[in-house]
Amino acid sequence: MSRSRPAPSRPLESLLNSELFTLTYGALVTQLCKDYENDEDVNKQLDKMGYNIGVRLIEDFLARSNVGRCHDFRETADVIAKIAFKMYLGITPSITNWSPGGDEFSLILENNPLVDFVELPDNHSSLIYSNLLCGVLRGALEMVQMAVDVKFVQDTLKGDSVTEIRMKFIRRIEDNLPAGEE
Amino acid sequence: MAIFSVYVVNKAGGLIYQLDHYAPRSDTEMTFSYPLDLVLRPRDERVVVAFGQRDGIRVGHAVLAINGAEVNGRLTADGKDVLEFLSNPANYPVSIRFGRHRLSSNEKLMLASMFHSLFAIGSQLSPEVGSSGIEMLETDTFKLHCFQTLTGIKFVVLADPRQAGIDALLRKIYEIYSDFALKNPFYSLEMPIRCELFDQNLKLALEVAEKAGPFGPGS
Repeated sequence: MSRSRPAPSRPLESLLNSELFTLTYGALVTQLCKDYENDEDVNKQLDKMGYNIGVRLIEDFLARSNVGRCHDFRETADVIAKIAFKMYLGITPSITNWSPGGDEFSLILENNPLVDFVELPDNHSSLIYSNLLCGVLRGALEMVQMAVDVKFVQDTLKGDSVTEIRMKFIRRIEDNLPAGEE
Repeated sequence: MAIFSVYVVNKAGGLIYQLDHYAPRSDTEMTFSYPLDLVLRPRDERVVVAFGQRDGIRVGHAVLAINGAEVNGRLTADGKDVLEFLSNPANYPVSIRFGRHRLSSNEKLMLASMFHSLFAIGSQLSPEVGSSGIEMLETDTFKLHCFQTLTGIKFVVLADPRQAGIDALLRKIYEIYSDFALKNPFYSLEMPIRCELFDQNLKLALEVAEKAGPFGPGS
């Protein structure tokens, strides 16, 4: 299985081994399952945790990638797929299924580093294993004044051929806009 | 010492970090005998020199300490009023330290939120649409540079007017913030930054920028 390294902004030695990352994420999800016993609650917690990561990750992303503000949802989709995913997970999902109004699209991930080596057992059929990613995207975009809805519509863990994340633009967050952005 | 201070302002205009990086201004301490040949008067919370300039003591300098003990606003360390103390011949000879007063942290908070509002006015005054806010403020003794991130956080650096490379420094401070403040799970967003590592790395970055000096690109 080939995993391309993200463009290093730090020396290669300091990039974390992706197996350790997979193991860490797996340990997190299994512990949450033990703590909450109910798949829906685990999904919610993963989303919350992802949100907390997202609000911090966005600053790191902006500091390192120097992208300017996106002025429409298509630009946003491009930046997310081609720069952000590449920087943090080393993969470049493809963007498809644009809605006619241009406010929804799908990200198709051929391989998802979070789920290497993972199989979902039958008693956790409604668990959205990678739900952290939805929270991350939601939190990060909220910090740049975009309210979005993110959810998984296909998941390789549930037998689908690809993993598909659907992102929908809800509205621009108008309160507390930084000066000059009106 | 060409970079004077760094301020970080959050989305709501509150000051969340402040660092003063300049060497302490020259304070002058001298012994005086009665009567005092400087005219002192109270101003705001301090006692300042209104008239009479000599030996490094300038008009506008505040009384910082009397007989070695730091003055507390208009009261001496013992709680006596400074002007009364100095008008009593029995207290002479007395040693007084004068100097430019440092901004208190409350004053800095106020100034930061005022700057936050002025920054917004900058973009509203613009004849063009979508202008940025204030990026630079210049006086004869310093230049203030401001960088606002897409998320609304402002990084403000006060530096010598000839200091170059401040744009790169502002980006570097943004990186340091995203590393040492945000990646610290115990730091809550929008709150005052109290992270050792952030302080240390910021000071290092300031030193690197100062060494580059006024000969860097784009001064």
